Amino acid sequence: MGAPLLELAGLSTHYISARGTRVTRAVEDVSLTLDAGQTLGIVGESGSGKTTLALSILRLLPPGARIVAGELRFEGEDLLAKSAREMRHIRGKRIAMILQDPMASLNPLFTVGDQVAEPIRVHEHATRRSAWDRARGLLASVRIAAPERRVREHPHEMSGGMRQRIVGAIAISCGPRLLIADEPTTSLDVTIQAQYLRLLRDLQRQHGLALIFITHNLGIVARMCDTVAVMYAGRLVESGPVRQIFDAPAHPYTRALLESIPRLSDVEARLTAIDGQPPDPAALPGGCAFHPRCLKALDRCRVEAPPRFSVGPQHTAACWLEDGSPLA
Amino acid sequence: MPLLEARNLTKHFPLKRGLFGGVGGAVRAVDDVSFTIESGRTLGVVGESGCGKTTTAKLVLRLESPTAGEIRFDGRVLEDLAGDDLRVYRRSVQAVFQDPFASLDPRMRVGDIIAEPVITNEHLPKDAVRRRIDHLLDVVGLPARSATLFPHEFSGGQRQRIAIARALALSPRIVVLDEPVSALDVSIRAQILNLLRDLQRELGLAYLFIAHDLAAVAHMSHTIAVMYLGKIVEIGDARTIAREPRHPYTKALFSAALPSHPDERREEIILPGEVPSPVNPPAGCRFHPRCPSVMDRCSTDVPTLEASNGRRVSCHLYPAGT
Repeated sequence: MGAPLLELAGLSTHYISARGTRVTRAVEDVSLTLDAGQTLGIVGESGSGKTTLALSILRLLPPGARIVAGELRFEGEDLLAKSAREMRHIRGKRIAMILQDPMASLNPLFTVGDQVAEPIRVHEHATRRSAWDRARGLLASVRIAAPERRVREHPHEMSGGMRQRIVGAIAISCGPRLLIADEPTTSLDVTIQAQYLRLLRDLQRQHGLALIFITHNLGIVARMCDTVAVMYAGRLVESGPVRQIFDAPAHPYTRALLESIPRLSDVEARLTAIDGQPPDPAALPGGCAFHPRCLKALDRCRVEAPPRFSVGPQHTAACWLEDGSPLA
Repeated sequence: MPLLEARNLTKHFPLKRGLFGGVGGAVRAVDDVSFTIESGRTLGVVGESGCGKTTTAKLVLRLESPTAGEIRFDGRVLEDLAGDDLRVYRRSVQAVFQDPFASLDPRMRVGDIIAEPVITNEHLPKDAVRRRIDHLLDVVGLPARSATLFPHEFSGGQRQRIAIARALALSPRIVVLDEPVSALDVSIRAQILNLLRDLQRELGLAYLFIAHDLAAVAHMSHTIAVMYLGKIVEIGDARTIAREPRHPYTKALFSAALPSHPDERREEIILPGEVPSPVNPPAGCRFHPRCPSVMDRCSTDVPTLEASNGRRVSCHLYPAGT
């Protein structure tokens, strides 16, 4: 097998206040890999660092945030060594992103055709006419009815589900190898969500796309993903093949999360609640950040953050309950 | 006698058109809806945007008046209540909303937020009010010192507990829960759902539970009503409907629900198109333009809710008595 499409090793992104006195460790020491055509779910609650991690991959961080350590490789290239100009050529062309709110990612003043054609004109220097032709085809491929009419319309003339599909059309317009979707369906109704997830999976198959889903919803992971990375307080607490993690979660947080969700297959069962609440990323507890909520916390957990242990093939967990030798 | 009963409940919002505000058409938000809620039981209402579930909640809270039909509480018609009777009703029906960041006044201390309904409704001495606050905080699992703090000092889950304490302050008999956990973090949702279930058992509360998360509704409810464009398309025992939905829309809705395990493969029914506007709902069965099992008569004949296999379904596929 060749090199993975995307490889993160020990990546840390911190928010540093203007005077440099306060540091928020939004992402700390995250290592993961993603192969071409595969789907990775990054799961976490608010403040877990999952969105900062996604923005780090694109190097689209807000001012004040900095990648302070680690490696970031995409198709074998070191993204951290790229200039801002080189990154602009990668974003939108080789790595694309879909954001949660489709209304906020579309410009209300431009027609849908202009917006779908824009990346094609910017990245491939296509003429307006040929870019518009491609835009019509893209709208058809995201199943927008009557694309020749829709290209001339503005975003407000469309429903939420259609707008999200247009955002999808923009994302795939230049044939990216990796598509990062940050909570792409949270603002959609259930049946529209099902349509959209089906569409993303079809696009993935047709174009051999790798997908990263950033989500708090384990159901999306169960339906869509091959591998999953669970984040808590900026760290990766567990990662591995989806089936293995749903069948035998190793980290107490993952296990508790899976048990706390109502299931249609068993509506009687009392939910196992996780006491307490996720920590404030600016004031993390010492040791393992989950220890104040963990039912199995040891003395060691309070003082020393656990390294990652191998639990099974490609399955790792950062927890002192695992024995064996930590991964380098 | 049920605690609360809706009979042929209908709410249309007229659309004003033109310079002089002439009425042109109406949003048919809720159309001929009937259901009952018993003490100590939960009616769960599911459906997508525009199905009328929030309007139904507003009608129950008497924040809106029905265009037609009626709601009865303890056998008495809501519209006829006035004076003391209306005050009793307002105390008996409370609500918890989706966003605990918007539903608590940021300038009031938590103790005052919870005490406000007690002070305006009951003329109690100060120390009795304080004891009530302490008791309510204890019931929802917050420390007594919370009373002196402000809402911003609490997390989302804790704020939802404060909202629940306020809703319980006047010992209501029915609580409207409108998406009570969807704004909360995943690890917090189970805490609140468990708390609501415990409170129901201890206090005999009835709930009208509205949410888009089908698994959460099935988990919390005794009865489920599935709404589409202002109409109930299927209503019945929660487990029966969750296990074996019958209406094509209910089937599609449950098939679209996300699995709790990667091996859980439901038949994937992807509906074409989106929910049409409630201003001009389709003729006949309102679901017919998107229905995978549509028949000729569906575009002309309006189906009615008929008993079918342990629940009631409004669909020509299931004529009365099947």
